[in-house]
Amino acid sequence: MSEQLKVPTMAEFMAEGKQPEILFWVGSAGSYDDRAKKITKAFVKLLHEAKVDFAVLGTEESATGDIAKRVGNEFLFQMQAVMNIEILNGYGIKRIVTCDPHSFNCIKNEYPGLGGTYDVIHHTQYIKELFETGRLTLKEDKFKGKRITFHDPCYLGRANKEYDAPRDVLGKTSATLTEMKRHKSTALCCGAGGGQMFKEPEPGTMDINVLRTEDALKTNPDIIATGCPYCNTMMTDGVKYKEKEGSIVVKDVAEIIAEGL
Amino acid sequence: MDFIPNILFAIALIIGGGYFAKNVKSLIRNIKLGRDQEIKDNKSERWKNTINIALGQSKMVKRPIAGFLHIVVYVGFIIINIEVLEIIIDGLFGTHRIGLSILPVSVYGFLIASFEILAVGVLVSVIAFWIRRNIIKLKRFLSAEMKGWPKSDGNIILYFEVVLMCLFLIMNATDSSFQALDSGNVISQFIAPLFSGLSEATLHVVERTAWWLHILGILVFLNYLYFSKHLHILLAFPNVYYGKLTPQGQFTNNEAVTKEVKLMMDPTADPFAAPAEADANAVPEKFGASDVQDLSWLNLLNAYTCTECGRCTSECPANQTGKKLSPRKIMMDTRDRLTEVGNNIDANKGTFVPDGKQLLNDYITKEELWACTSCNACVEACPVSIDPLNIIMEMRRYLVMEESAAPTELNYMMSNIENNGAPWPYNQQDRLNWAQEN
Ligand code: SF4
Ligand code: SF4
Repeated sequence: MSEQLKVPTMAEFMAEGKQPEILFWVGSAGSYDDRAKKITKAFVKLLHEAKVDFAVLGTEESATGDIAKRVGNEFLFQMQAVMNIEILNGYGIKRIVTCDPHSFNCIKNEYPGLGGTYDVIHHTQYIKELFETGRLTLKEDKFKGKRITFHDPCYLGRANKEYDAPRDVLGKTSATLTEMKRHKSTALCCGAGGGQMFKEPEPGTMDINVLRTEDALKTNPDIIATGCPYCNTMMTDGVKYKEKEGSIVVKDVAEIIAEGL
Repeated sequence: MDFIPNILFAIALIIGGGYFAKNVKSLIRNIKLGRDQEIKDNKSERWKNTINIALGQSKMVKRPIAGFLHIVVYVGFIIINIEVLEIIIDGLFGTHRIGLSILPVSVYGFLIASFEILAVGVLVSVIAFWIRRNIIKLKRFLSAEMKGWPKSDGNIILYFEVVLMCLFLIMNATDSSFQALDSGNVISQFIAPLFSGLSEATLHVVERTAWWLHILGILVFLNYLYFSKHLHILLAFPNVYYGKLTPQGQFTNNEAVTKEVKLMMDPTADPFAAPAEADANAVPEKFGASDVQDLSWLNLLNAYTCTECGRCTSECPANQTGKKLSPRKIMMDTRDRLTEVGNNIDANKGTFVPDGKQLLNDYITKEELWACTSCNACVEACPVSIDPLNIIMEMRRYLVMEESAAPTELNYMMSNIENNGAPWPYNQQDRLNWAQEN
């Protein structure tokens, strides 16, 4: 990905008096975190490939307030939400896609009560849709003979009962999909949620991400797939802790698909 | 003097029933100590859940062995109680096996036969449960919160069941007129020979004793519930009915906060305006929960319903990695504190006298609360639709909004969001820089 990405903003669309098909909510991690930015770019590449007329808010986007809410700061959450809703409503946004299950859950479920109702989908759901409508096809079969295991992000899986979209999308590759013993509704958390990403864990016997990585290693994977920037960080750290980074990579579903384009 | 047993029976029934009614009243009063929360939506979905999850035990069988054993005990419990109906009528009117004079012998025999078979099923399952708790020592029954009373409680109930079932079978076995019918005594006919040496009169005494102990045992059991995790056999139904229907990831938005935020964001509002006259004496709403009264009534109903099965804790990522947090303990602490508050009210003629204690710190520590990843595994695992996460979140809200007592790193993260719209200290103006980077 050496070529400069074209990423139109809502402000630009507005200036031309146009509406995009969908708003891409990049999220804080996707905007600033080095690892997550790669996911963002892979997804944008995918959107271009499928000729999706999309836009981002750019500098007008602000944290959803999700993390503030999970740690108990309802004030900060609602301030962020009201601010974001004002901008989203101002642009007349109808449909939103995001690579972050936390933003997905928050905007989809918690914004409506504060005046922001949109059709919000997770990027794995959108990629699935792009495949189904024939806008996206895989050209290269890079994953033949590879074993992929998918780790369910809590806020996509249990929180919103979306277990199939990421698996359907991964099923488009010729990789072998394996399941961890606990998956879908019984999947173990990666350890990042509820604000844990931003603090040291409480005293205990081990870190959650290591336990979850052990689950994944038991399936003997080449790739651990995720659909969340925080899970990605946690699992990547877990793989490093287990000194397996030479043989196992952690990738987002969007990255896996983008590689096959 | 033939009517003396009838009178004694009526007295026992009135005392047992009266105490039970009193317990139910305290229970309802205690649950109502919680904050209001209106739940009137989606009646049909709620009934569906009640039938599937509470009555049908659909979540119990996610763990097949325990689920199957539990269903046997549960079905046995409900069905054998039909027999209690007969016992009550017989006891009050001095009849003997009134069912026989209403139903054809074959039907009556069929009923009793199924009760006897179920009684054996219950016995076997209860013994299996006892072995799981005391010999195999399943991990989830050994956690810190399961020491002392909760451990005894679990066993007491099993002993109760064994005794009640044995009494039921002995009562049938020593009832010579019933044995003579030779209909329905599928199990008791094999127990009868044990008593074959006894005279008719002694046999009758044994039969009467078993009969009396059986019904008295049931009355005691009924009143034991209030002090036991076995309250779930009643409360599971309303608890599942009122359980959360929205996506598990959706947390409620605090309305008091919404009001204040709207006011702050409203450019036409005068920030220095004096509060309206009527509000002058109003107690400012407390954000979040530091004690049971700050929780919703549903949280409190949850606490009383908890079966202490520990399925939540065994799925909890924090607990599995040795952190102090155990969602089961959250529920047990909430219930224990609520009982304490209830007793306080009883002792002080109906008003709560502050006792210098609260749910936070005295029962649930900050360390437990901050270990939660909000992953919902506990909520998903609970067979009776309890939401421990909701209580954790309410208590975090109190810690953060009332006491500013979040861990330092989280405060740092929050001030980043406040200042630059991201949990990290990056400039808001750089939010789209990724698009330019290669
Ligand atoms: S939501 Fe919290 S308490 Fe419940 S299982 Fe997850 S980490 Fe444990
Ligand atoms: S909250 Fe539910 S899962 Fe946890 S111990 Fe109580 S009944 Fe069992």
